Amino acid sequence: MLLALATVFIICAITFFAMHAIPGGPFNKEKALDPATIAALNERFHLDKPLLTQFFLYLKNIAAGDFGVSLKTGRDIGAIIKESFAISAKLGGIAAAAAIVAGIILGCIAALTRNRLPDRLIVFISTLFTAVPSFVLATLLLLVFSITLAWVPVWSAAERHYLLPVIALAMYPMAYITRLTKTSMLDALGQDYVRTARAKGVRRLLVIFKHTLRNALIPVITYVGPMVAYILTGSLVVENVFTIGGLGSKFITSISNRDYPMIMATTIFLAVLMVLANLISDLIYKAVDPRITFD
Amino acid sequence: MNETILQVKNLHTSFFTDSGQVMAVNGISFNLEKGKTLGIVGESGSGKSVTAYSIMRILADTGRITGGEILFRGEDITKYTERQMQKFRGKRCSIVFQDPMTSLNPVFTVGNQLMEAIMLHTDKRRGEARERAVEMLELVGVNEPRKRLKQYPHELSGGMRQRVMIAMALACEPDILIADEPTTALDVTIQAQILELIQSLQKKLGMAMILVTHDMGVIAELCDELIVMYGGRVCERGTVDEIFYNPRHEYTKGLLRSIPNINNMKERLVPISGTPINLLNLPKGCAFCARCDNAMKICLERLPDEISINENHKASCWLNIKDMLAAGKEVEERAER
Repeated sequence: MLLALATVFIICAITFFAMHAIPGGPFNKEKALDPATIAALNERFHLDKPLLTQFFLYLKNIAAGDFGVSLKTGRDIGAIIKESFAISAKLGGIAAAAAIVAGIILGCIAALTRNRLPDRLIVFISTLFTAVPSFVLATLLLLVFSITLAWVPVWSAAERHYLLPVIALAMYPMAYITRLTKTSMLDALGQDYVRTARAKGVRRLLVIFKHTLRNALIPVITYVGPMVAYILTGSLVVENVFTIGGLGSKFITSISNRDYPMIMATTIFLAVLMVLANLISDLIYKAVDPRITFD
Repeated sequence: MNETILQVKNLHTSFFTDSGQVMAVNGISFNLEKGKTLGIVGESGSGKSVTAYSIMRILADTGRITGGEILFRGEDITKYTERQMQKFRGKRCSIVFQDPMTSLNPVFTVGNQLMEAIMLHTDKRRGEARERAVEMLELVGVNEPRKRLKQYPHELSGGMRQRVMIAMALACEPDILIADEPTTALDVTIQAQILELIQSLQKKLGMAMILVTHDMGVIAELCDELIVMYGGRVCERGTVDEIFYNPRHEYTKGLLRSIPNINNMKERLVPISGTPINLLNLPKGCAFCARCDNAMKICLERLPDEISINENHKASCWLNIKDMLAAGKEVEERAER
């Protein structure tokens, strides 16, 4: 728990100093502003103070729950994150759930039909989608299904079509989970305790779903943490391709705008999310595998 | 008491692997009588465990019974459907495996696994099954049985786990217990305890038992009759006394020479030289030929028939046939060969 806090703090510090090290500032525009205005703005947002002071000032503010306002729009950052995360969370949540469910099912099918047609087909598909990056897939999906075939409408703020972005985001983790499930399932099927279960007279289906699957899922659970990370970073790109106004695209725009408080807030938010995801995967891990204890 | 409960006739089992057909069991036959213990002995790869798994039909996916019959009370179980087999396993015939460390499922409690075995074959409800599980754990000498039910396998010692395995195997009072090297993975002190336990439970429940082992000492202690296997075939069979004091197959002699006893304590033990045969490519003649010090020309070319030494003892070795011919005796040929 303490380690988690330290992680977030370190990420926070690195981001803060790195973003200030990049040349340019929030008020550098093509159209030059009046120097007096810039000076006033800099003073208003404490940008005239030494970097270290700024950092501690910032820490003090967020400790009080104040993430400041966006330098670009002047809106409260808490509100922006809340609003855009709602979209991103739904997108990422559906993608994660789809990847886990489909991945486990496909992995089981592949393991049980080893070296036969379904297995080979699944291996082909999962290899293919581990190799295709999400931004290529996103662009391709958009082009084929929304533009050329026009089966699925393009994303708009009024009408949110999650299908294509979810596919773009879920394919890689799904393929990965499929392969993971297949190998660990095959491994588990060859274990002595599976033979014991058969020798007791347990039905084949029950042998697979009770005795094998639960053991096979242990390695899959360890992937849940990294998967959340993948979906977060993947959403940065995918949201931009589909012009979804989620947290990912807000993050990208804030960087190109040098919107310092916005960058900081989104980074911290994503870091906390990551840490939480890892924590949750550890907890599930312990629930599934009684041999794990936290000392 | 002389009721034959299990008859294995000319059993063949092979594994179909990428590198070819591994012929693990090549025509073995034996009878098991009610309440008796049959030992199957042989080194690694001699087909003894595969014989045991064939009887339960729990071979790995690549394994298949390719010939012969396994008659349980006269019914051929090789023709059973999977559903019939499920009723057979655990209820009629149970097995205790070699390695208790890996044979229990690590993610379920001992109680869960024991009760599962009980509820599969009886119409007991959970509560009754739990009582039966406690009773079984007491029977196999596990202390604090109620507490153990809630524990996971990794919280128990090896000997304790093997006791749980035995409790699980015996929970539905099977007619046959197969013990597949039940003590190999255990400490020597625990080995004796487990063997004693198995023996006393067998007497108590009147089961027939097949004891698979490579430990001649275990055989001598527990078995009524003995089969010596090599290359998936029976070399020699008979009562324990006959085989220990009057071995008539070169392989059996080799096995006996390789165990220490009170008479050869000061000498070096004599190992059987060479390596076990390749089951992918069985020789035409006697499988042991390549490692046999007294091999003759005919051993290379033809399989020896199984001949009776006396009414309690049979062996498949050309040397016996030679001796008998020399003595002018008629060779008794087994009808089925």
